[in-house]
Amino acid sequence: MTQGTDWPTHVILCLGVLLFAMPLWLVFAGSTQDPAAIARGELSLLPHLDGFGIYSRVLSGKVSNMLLVSLGMALAIAIGKIAISILSAYAVAFFRFPFRQTAFWLIFITLMLPVEVRIIPTYQVMSDFGLINSFTGLTVPLIASATATLLFRQVFIAIPDELVEAARMDGAGPLRFLRDIVLPVSSANIAALFVILFVYGWNQYLWPLLVATDPSLDTIVVGIVKMIGVETQTEWNAVMATAVLALLPPVVVVIAMQRWFVAGLTEGEK
Amino acid sequence: MERRTIFGGWALPAAFVLPQLLLTVFFFLWPAAQAIWSSLTRTDPFGLHTRFVGLENFTDLFSDPLYRDSIYRTAVFMAAVSVLSMGVALLLAVFADREIRGRAVYRTLLIWPYAIAPAVAAVLWILLLQPQIGLIGVWLNRHHVPWDYHLNDAQALFVVIAASAWKQVSYNFIFFLAGLQSIPRAVIEAARMDGAKGWYRFRTVVFPLLAPTTFFLLVVNMVYAAFDTFGTIQALTQGGPGKATETLVVKVYRDGVVNLNIGSSSAQSVVLMVGVITLTALQFRFLGRRKAE
Repeated sequence: MTQGTDWPTHVILCLGVLLFAMPLWLVFAGSTQDPAAIARGELSLLPHLDGFGIYSRVLSGKVSNMLLVSLGMALAIAIGKIAISILSAYAVAFFRFPFRQTAFWLIFITLMLPVEVRIIPTYQVMSDFGLINSFTGLTVPLIASATATLLFRQVFIAIPDELVEAARMDGAGPLRFLRDIVLPVSSANIAALFVILFVYGWNQYLWPLLVATDPSLDTIVVGIVKMIGVETQTEWNAVMATAVLALLPPVVVVIAMQRWFVAGLTEGEK
Repeated sequence: MERRTIFGGWALPAAFVLPQLLLTVFFFLWPAAQAIWSSLTRTDPFGLHTRFVGLENFTDLFSDPLYRDSIYRTAVFMAAVSVLSMGVALLLAVFADREIRGRAVYRTLLIWPYAIAPAVAAVLWILLLQPQIGLIGVWLNRHHVPWDYHLNDAQALFVVIAASAWKQVSYNFIFFLAGLQSIPRAVIEAARMDGAKGWYRFRTVVFPLLAPTTFFLLVVNMVYAAFDTFGTIQALTQGGPGKATETLVVKVYRDGVVNLNIGSSSAQSVVLMVGVITLTALQFRFLGRRKAE
């Protein structure tokens, strides 16, 4: 049934899109403007085409290092958590071993205890291990929670018994079964989790702020907030350029892997 | 949800489960135990003596009007952020579910903000609302509207609510859209053929069918508002002016990290832990029961 264009829908959706596109455009345009003019209140939506030098200036400073730290952190958390969760879920779903239920419930408790609730004691534990101000200290506490394990366990349990029996009859041991059957079956979930965890790791603020007092371990998100400092003395174009750089990797990851990401996020809807 | 377990032996699964167990013990259970222990102690100002004080930290907390204010403020903040964010997301999802040209493009353009860090969202809102440099902030002040969220409590709360809700719309949108798409077309058609008009149909057919999604999102949004907004609030107002935007998590940070009051901060953390566990338990029980229907 073809009709004329559904204008109300387009208007509402366009307004929605603008609600998010506008601040993004503003930060991009503003990054090219003169900081003194911005401080005077003359921030505008029009970029100054001669202002792109701010990016090379900012990248030749500590921002490059911050981007690397953020990248390392995001990748470590995403890959680490996926690896650990797959192994745990595999053990719990396909084996019967003593204390299996106990292990499962212990892991289950950690669900949804965000790091903000346990910052101070976790900090003390890290301090006891001598892991303050280290890359390990930055990433490991964020790998610990169980959400991915639960998700994988659900996927693994849903694998039909016939498939497992067939593999068994082919003489496959648990390791081969994991590699040849279970991992490929979970590939969509792995992709979705990668996006979610990468964004999660990249966007962390409170934990990196606490654990890393050495400026060389600042992530880009921590760095930006530090750059703002006293608002009357901030170099706004540098802050904006850094913000654009901080936004790019996670946005690219989300858009590039959008289909898997949306499917994975909503499929295991608890 | 059992399956016929297949593989024998215990060495391999033990090895597989060990990394996660170790992490759980060292970074969840041990810190949680320490937090509970710290919440039952008090340290002198020089950090030399720590004594066991039982539930004193907790009774002090709950009789402290500042803490009670913080609870109330956080509750208001959580409700406002959740309702605002979910409302906007639902509206957009309903329209994005329609059969129009460019549907996929609209969706991508509404999904990408998921990637924005809460702290970066604050930066973007500073560029809009900051009194001296923000696009809208400057415009307001120039037109004789006294706008400065660094001075005005209500404006500060408004700004952090707006920025926090804005950041979360994308996530809610994704789930609402998926929820809408999982409603069988036959049901909608049946309602339409019965003569149910748009809004009435939404209210009586669509929205009730979205109830599981809505409940799930409500819990997630509340946890988000309670914890993940730390970066947003820190970057925008640092909890100020005064205590106007000091939510519970900001207070934990201020008391524990800035003021080094470990006893009180630990007690607050324990309270928050109990809150989160309760919310999560509620969510699992409610959704688990629903799934069984």
